[in-house]
Amino acid sequence: MNLLLEAIAWIFDPANWTGAGSIPERIMQHLAISATVLVIASLIALPIGMFVGHTGRGKDGAVTVSGGLRALPTLGLLTLLGLSIGIGLQAPIIALVVLALPPLLAGAYAGLESVDRRTVDAARAMGMRERQVIGKVELPLGMPIIVGGIRSATLQIVATATLAAYIADDGLGRFIFAGLKTRDYAEMLGGSILVILLALAIDGLFAIIQRLVVPAGVRATRTRELRSRPTRPRAVVGQPITEGNRE
Amino acid sequence: MNWLWSNLDLVGELTLTHLALSVPAIILSFVISVPIGWVAHRYQWSRGVLLALCGLLYAIPSLALLIALPVVTGLRTTNPINLVIALTLYGIAVIVRTAADAFDAVEPDVRQSATAIGYSPAGRFWGVELPLAGPVLLSGLRVVIVSTVSLATIGAVIGVQSLGSLFTDGLQRNIQAEIVTGIVLTMALAIGLDWASVAIGRLLMPWWRPSAAVRRRTLERVERVDAA
Repeated sequence: MNLLLEAIAWIFDPANWTGAGSIPERIMQHLAISATVLVIASLIALPIGMFVGHTGRGKDGAVTVSGGLRALPTLGLLTLLGLSIGIGLQAPIIALVVLALPPLLAGAYAGLESVDRRTVDAARAMGMRERQVIGKVELPLGMPIIVGGIRSATLQIVATATLAAYIADDGLGRFIFAGLKTRDYAEMLGGSILVILLALAIDGLFAIIQRLVVPAGVRATRTRELRSRPTRPRAVVGQPITEGNRE
Repeated sequence: MNWLWSNLDLVGELTLTHLALSVPAIILSFVISVPIGWVAHRYQWSRGVLLALCGLLYAIPSLALLIALPVVTGLRTTNPINLVIALTLYGIAVIVRTAADAFDAVEPDVRQSATAIGYSPAGRFWGVELPLAGPVLLSGLRVVIVSTVSLATIGAVIGVQSLGSLFTDGLQRNIQAEIVTGIVLTMALAIGLDWASVAIGRLLMPWWRPSAAVRRRTLERVERVDAA
């Protein structure tokens, strides 16, 4: 417990709150690199994932990619890029983008795919164009799952951005590696606590967003009473119904 | 390639160390999670709390967890057991969720039939619910196998030997072949353990056929935090 007190003392030490490499500066760096990566990765993954989810084409490919990338060790990718590109922000940014792709891709296609096919057919039957089907039906209904994908991607990025400090002088991870070098456990632990708090805060923020993006109509039809929950799936998690021939 | 031939001993030793770190973590997280998942399935009131805790655990960055754990356990950060505990915790965060789903997916009719023909609650769990939940549990385990093996490399930056040491050492000494060897071996180890789990699954569940759909659903479920 003594260690914890020292770390907390380190966090609240006024000397760590001003000047170059202060806590606020590191937090801003951490957020800046995370946001940059999230925007780049989203621009790549969300359109592809939405295409896969809407058309149903290339689903196996998307699954293989997101499954295969999971096995790729983060640190290996970071060090390999760090070695070939050199010390600096470029290598971590590329590595982080690669790691953020699978959850974004999975969220986007699972989100669009989760929409009940009957709902999509109904939209089409009413005369909606493909663009409207995507924009007015599939996207709003699948939004909670898409945001869920963005949420895991962001957490992954924030966590790995810490590790990125191993090859770049950037972000909260710097405290951990500086403390490691000088055998200053209070600084390491203080840095770790800040990283954990940041990650939990971001996770909480996304949890709120995820609730807010549920369309009002879907929210209204959700059943509270779990015992009397209908066997039919809700609109958001719809699956083709196999009524009558259940095995 | 030259680097690899002259360092085969080191690479072999690190591969074994890596196995010794990840296999206990994988087994421990499975053994601990299945009962927790069953509780989350059986007692509705505990479900929200347990799954929320798992979500929080999963949100904690691994490097930070590795450094913060010794405060609770009293071990040194360089102690391999510290890494095993961290890996186990992440495994639990993933499998509890799939385990709860797996037990939910057992048809209520089947459960009632089992009770009707005289199964005791314990007998029903071992004889009916667990085998029927098996395939989904295995798909959760496979996700954990792959992520644990890959995550174990992180320990290298704080001084826990594993295949990850090839990354840190390769970076410091500027040997690309060393890092590539590490990446290839880590992925090969993950795939090898994955196959081994499928083989054991076939032995224990002769009726089971690996299904891409179950695996995909599990992956999706792990990728996104439940929207509901």
